[in-house]
Amino acid sequence: MQVPILRLSNITKRFGQLTANDDISLELRRGEVLALLGENGAGKSTLVSILFGHYVADAGTVEVDGQLLPPGQPRAALAAGIGMVHQHFTLADNLSVLDNIMLGTQPLWHWRLERRAARDRVLALAERFGLAVRPQARVGELSVGERQRVEIVKALYRGARVLILDEPTAVLTPHESETLFATLAQLIAEGLSVIFISHKLDEVLRVSDRIAVLRGGRLVAQCAAAQTSKAELAELMVGRVVSMPERAARLDADGASEAPAVLALQKVGACGADGRALLREVSLQVRAGEIVGIAGVSGNGQAALAELTSGTLAAAEGHVTLAGKPMPARPRAWIEAGVARVPEDRHAVGVIGDLTVWENAASEQLGEPRFSRGGVIRRAAAQRFARELVARFDVRTAGIDVPARTMSGGNMQKLILGRALSVRGEGIVPLLVVASQPTWGLDIGAVAYVRARLLDAAQEGAAVLLISEDLDELHALADRIAVMHAGRLTEARPTAAWTLGELGLAMAGAGEGAHGAAGAGEVLHAA
Amino acid sequence: MRLEARSGVSRVAMLAAPIMAIVATLLICALLVRWAGAPVGRAYMLLLEGGFGSRFAWSETLTRATPLILTGLSVAVAFRARLFNIGAEGQLYLGALAAVAVGGQVDGAAAPWAQQLPTGLLFVLMVAAGMLAGALLLLGAAWLKTRLGVDEVVTTLLANFIVLLFVSMMLDGPMKDATAMGWPQSVPLVPELELSKLMARSRVHSGLLLAGALAVILWAVNRFTVFGLQMRAVGANARAAAFAGMPVRRVTMWAALLSGGLAGLAGVVEVAGRTSYLTLDISPGYGYAGVVIAMLAGLHPLGVVAASVFVAGVLVGADGMSRAVGVPNSIADVIVAVALLAMLVATMLTRYRIRFDAQGKAA
Repeated sequence: MQVPILRLSNITKRFGQLTANDDISLELRRGEVLALLGENGAGKSTLVSILFGHYVADAGTVEVDGQLLPPGQPRAALAAGIGMVHQHFTLADNLSVLDNIMLGTQPLWHWRLERRAARDRVLALAERFGLAVRPQARVGELSVGERQRVEIVKALYRGARVLILDEPTAVLTPHESETLFATLAQLIAEGLSVIFISHKLDEVLRVSDRIAVLRGGRLVAQCAAAQTSKAELAELMVGRVVSMPERAARLDADGASEAPAVLALQKVGACGADGRALLREVSLQVRAGEIVGIAGVSGNGQAALAELTSGTLAAAEGHVTLAGKPMPARPRAWIEAGVARVPEDRHAVGVIGDLTVWENAASEQLGEPRFSRGGVIRRAAAQRFARELVARFDVRTAGIDVPARTMSGGNMQKLILGRALSVRGEGIVPLLVVASQPTWGLDIGAVAYVRARLLDAAQEGAAVLLISEDLDELHALADRIAVMHAGRLTEARPTAAWTLGELGLAMAGAGEGAHGAAGAGEVLHAA
Repeated sequence: MRLEARSGVSRVAMLAAPIMAIVATLLICALLVRWAGAPVGRAYMLLLEGGFGSRFAWSETLTRATPLILTGLSVAVAFRARLFNIGAEGQLYLGALAAVAVGGQVDGAAAPWAQQLPTGLLFVLMVAAGMLAGALLLLGAAWLKTRLGVDEVVTTLLANFIVLLFVSMMLDGPMKDATAMGWPQSVPLVPELELSKLMARSRVHSGLLLAGALAVILWAVNRFTVFGLQMRAVGANARAAAFAGMPVRRVTMWAALLSGGLAGLAGVVEVAGRTSYLTLDISPGYGYAGVVIAMLAGLHPLGVVAASVFVAGVLVGADGMSRAVGVPNSIADVIVAVALLAMLVATMLTRYRIRFDAQGKAA
């Protein structure tokens, strides 16, 4: 039998109490796509980090072509032909594509001389693998899909025979994902082997030959993609059957229009600190009891929209009103108006990691008489509130007195959600819920929980603005969907009125490519 | 060799860290003492006796600790709110200058405008002026930071030199004591404004009680008040604090007022408690030592008191040691510096463990 190109034997890695990888043995055959499937925290990233030399395993070995790979040395991994495309790209924005690719491959003093040859090699590689890259372009000007191609070319340039892709589709439009899948096929045809990391079942089934499922640090199953199903994989991945909550009765366009508009944006424009326009002429209404979804590829202004409706970004033009009243750009004002806000970045914005769980739970309402008197915190009341919140929202934590950073992402998100939904007091539904990527990076159980709570809020009469890059999520929850591209927002149409193709086109700026987007939004707007 | 995060920080480890740090410091500095040609055991005994071994030693150590507690608190408050105030030295001098301006003698008595006031009120005015002077100095830097993003490390550090030159100008000019035989020093304070002594035949004064009380008050503010929580929140994560509706800029400005005020008070206390007039060497770097003390204390107000006494004891004890066994008394600065480094390492080791793996070296 042929020697596998890559063999992991009995890999074990512990971080303190946590066993991130528990005795994992895995082989990658030549010319196959092996999918590593698993939830967040299942140990996928740890495993490839060991493979690539970022971590040293506590036990176990890595072999490439039957040769033992020295642990803890990314250089050795590179030399052995392992290439990695990280989820967050490792490119220097201010350098050209060619410089990025050459970075670290040349002796310092010979750079100029080798440049022409390098450029020819890059172009040859690009042609051979069908990867369109422009060597002279500056990376900062490229779209996300193009950057990913640069990362792949970079790995190939260094002679990669095994390519590891970490959640490669997380940042791509549906169309860009298709392009990536075509590229993968080409790579395999040219004799490369690929490890494809994902937690999306559909694409794993589509692109891979074999699937290895990780759960809680253990390898729970390995199977051929052709012989398994989505349902089976989901159960293997989670360890139990999970049902995803969906919007039961959707408000149709007419039904929704009868409720009063809670949030209204009228031709709102906003700029970032550097003066770059983030939002252009955005108009939107969210009515009581309605869930409006905002779709779009990351970086097209959704973050700005979320900040605008959370009180952390000021509108440069246009009107922002809540229940008819103009709103200032102060978080305090939005909190006092009864807006539940779930920020996109739960670690950097949602919680203060060094403060305790109870301090975080009470942080939005510290000034209220129930939590403080004369500037002195009513500790007992705040802690009681936190204990109840932890119980009601099923937050798993070692206690309310531990620092918030000790919680997992899912539990952190439940705490934030609980705090937000209690903005008008326990049991009183908020006026408006602004949830930005609320399930991003959560495990399936937490995803189901967060979605159910958002549905409950809408059911009880809250207006819900759901900003998400996950189209499945928008389809499952939203009554209406609007698409954001290059700072412009399309009209919000009933969910059923969008086809997947139309959504994809709108997300890509109506097919005019990533750069000519300014005009594209207008065309859609008029349509 | 690599670092690995521990899953949690145990209480034992947190208490053991400073002890281990001090032990490590003494071991490292023993090499230097040895190098200087002195017997290590005897040198350390002398250091300990000089700092803590007698009533006189204690009185000197506590006298030295008084301004250190105040500058330490000043830095701890600011650092907690992530305002890196390196300017306690300048704030101290400006506070002392303001105190002398309010309470200094004119022709052997209080200034004409001050003579109508009761002594108590004049005392309060003097303290307020000193604190305000320090506070306003830092407020400028904090304003530049919150509005324009100017790095406060640079502005507060550079302000120290400006203030020192300004004080030097004042002491050689308008505020010079004409009877000081040409020395650049200010007129003395009105005697009634001086702080009372705590012990007979010593220099320990009631400023120590004031500093101690402020440490307790600050600890309570940190722990029990909304403002304290907001300061910690802003310091730990300003973006998240802003998102939760906290007035980040206002909190930073208040922290600046508090920090600058405490450093200014250190200046007032030195003049009113120890020298009674201002000279250019009233502080041998108490402001900078405040940074070291705040770090040693882990920014904890009560820890600042302990760290100040430790540092003061080392400084005082080293003087005695250098006279007896010929180790230069700059060993004190080395001990304090090494203690800070050891403390930083020990704190890190409460969070991480070091692992040596043979595998990593093999290749």
